[in-house]
Amino acid sequence: MSSHSFSLLKPLLVAAGLALTASFAQAASYELLNVSYDPTRELYKEFNPAFVKYYKAKTGDDVTVKQSHGGSGGQARAVIDGLDADVVTLALAYDVDAIAQKTRKFPENWQTRLKHNSAPYTSTIVFLVRKGNPKKVKDWDDLAREDVKVITPNPKTSGGARWNYLAAWAYGLEKYGSEAKARDFVKQIFKNVPVLDSGARGSTNTFIQRGLGDVFLAWENESFLVINELGKDKFEIVVPSLSILAEPTVTVVDEVAKKKGTEKVAQAYLDYLYSREGQRIAAKHYYRPTDPEVAKEYAKQFLKVKLITIDDVFGGWKKAQPEHFGDGGEFDKIQAELHR
Amino acid sequence: MSAAPGHTLEPRWLKPVLITIALLFLAVFILLPLVTIFSQALSVNLQDYLAAALGYEGATPELPPLFASLGEGTSVYRAALSDAEVRAAIRLTLLTALICVPLNTFFGVLLAWAVARFEFRGKNFLVSLIELPFAISPVIAGLIFILIFGASGWLNMIPFGTQADGSTLTLYQWMDARNLKVVFAVPGIVLATLFVTFPFVARELIPLMQEMGKDDEEAALTLGASGWQLFFRVTLPNIKWGLLYGVILTNARAIGEFGAVAVVSGNVRGETTTMPLYIEILYGEYQFATAFAVASLLTLIALVTLVVKAVIEYLLQKQRTG
Repeated sequence: MSSHSFSLLKPLLVAAGLALTASFAQAASYELLNVSYDPTRELYKEFNPAFVKYYKAKTGDDVTVKQSHGGSGGQARAVIDGLDADVVTLALAYDVDAIAQKTRKFPENWQTRLKHNSAPYTSTIVFLVRKGNPKKVKDWDDLAREDVKVITPNPKTSGGARWNYLAAWAYGLEKYGSEAKARDFVKQIFKNVPVLDSGARGSTNTFIQRGLGDVFLAWENESFLVINELGKDKFEIVVPSLSILAEPTVTVVDEVAKKKGTEKVAQAYLDYLYSREGQRIAAKHYYRPTDPEVAKEYAKQFLKVKLITIDDVFGGWKKAQPEHFGDGGEFDKIQAELHR
Repeated sequence: MSAAPGHTLEPRWLKPVLITIALLFLAVFILLPLVTIFSQALSVNLQDYLAAALGYEGATPELPPLFASLGEGTSVYRAALSDAEVRAAIRLTLLTALICVPLNTFFGVLLAWAVARFEFRGKNFLVSLIELPFAISPVIAGLIFILIFGASGWLNMIPFGTQADGSTLTLYQWMDARNLKVVFAVPGIVLATLFVTFPFVARELIPLMQEMGKDDEEAALTLGASGWQLFFRVTLPNIKWGLLYGVILTNARAIGEFGAVAVVSGNVRGETTTMPLYIEILYGEYQFATAFAVASLLTLIALVTLVVKAVIEYLLQKQRTG
């Protein structure tokens, strides 16, 4: 090679070197996958861009957040089968427990890693009825009436439906005083259920599009969404005297984040859910904020209701799940009795 | 016995009644849903528009409602197409079809050739095996791939070396560490689609090639044609319309498949959602206008396919009889 041609090459090499160092000095970019359940679609649609902006401002790094939604149980199953979620934000702790037990990709005590049992926002179960409440449904008792048709998804597949079932059971227990009577009460309600859809959105469509049923047992946030999206003139919300505190829980899937090098971002993502801004976005989408300040700001929007917890009444998910929803559990038995 | 018209023995009224029933059935179960999809896509905004127009008392709308709704409708299409996730869904759907159609065409011809031209033990078994993807539910087809390629599937039972701590490294773990994903990623979607669209070409070609016999090909061989010449000059021209028909059906199913793909998708938006999956997502989010816009786009592809198919069917008929 002649010296002449090398002199031509030199500036090129320098330029290439500069470009290379420049690209190293540039901000890192990350991709997160948040595997969530159905009714959080609108929440994360607003939360994700807010987080991306916040993280860029704080660290200079770029983040892209990918979303996956579906029935909570099915989503947990997908993560177990290998869907690479950096974080999971599911409808109930049991589904997250299942991932921890089956994959060992994060410790089984995950729920103690974040505040409020790893539930940054909470919700509850309310009744959605048709405008004017033609069947005069006021409380859980009315759901057991013979002339009332109740819409709920299937507790075997839907996280929301498990909360529905447990809330009804808790009411029966408080009012009638014994487990056996509570069970009869729940059975009476499920006798009034014409179809069991597999997920919350399916049930919403059954109640709204197909016009089936008098009462729809729904997440509080989902009920507000229905009213806002599909008309205040068609539906109204009825708050029962007692309901259950539903805690949708979140966690980082450690092994996946480690593999993808996203541990820090994933943690920051969940922390941001607990921040003022994150809490406000959750509240805007009718999730109850856990931050007391933000809760005060949005107090007016949430309905006053006596809330029991699964830990107090049912001894936590680890006990309630197999007892009520496992194969051959109470729900299976009730269904078998009803279809005999 | 009453006199029957012509050479048939059926009563006179039977023909018009049967035709009417068939037409009514088609109108209710096929035409009506089709029209609904397009009219929904175009006029979801009609109600909003009318409400707005009536809200301004006394003010008359600038355009007659029909045109206005058409205008709004096309803007829904534009909005849908400018959505990055919709575009990603269209891209993924086309990519899947682009991979599956040539592959299944190739293997379909191969199989048809083997079955039509050779006698071997287990041939009948092979022919029924080809039909398997039709016989089993698409959901199960999807689950098969989860059971093979998933984290708790077969791949995780195949040893593939040893880990740092001395325990065995499975093939799944090896792939996972290198981010080689099959299910919950594009390869899984392609595989599931390959599976459900596999039979179309072979099924179309086998009877055609059997009916055609070996005479032409044997003649060509005695005249000294090479294997390739034989295929491209003799066999292919004879089967081309049947082949094309199979390709069209493969393409239609590849684009429209929902069940099998839904199982292996993992629902990651903008990454593993095909058009049919994305339509369902949009519908679940109360984005009816966009959902119907994408749905009508998919339907349009199907209709074009249908027209092409009809033309080919006609040509095929001509070839068989002429």
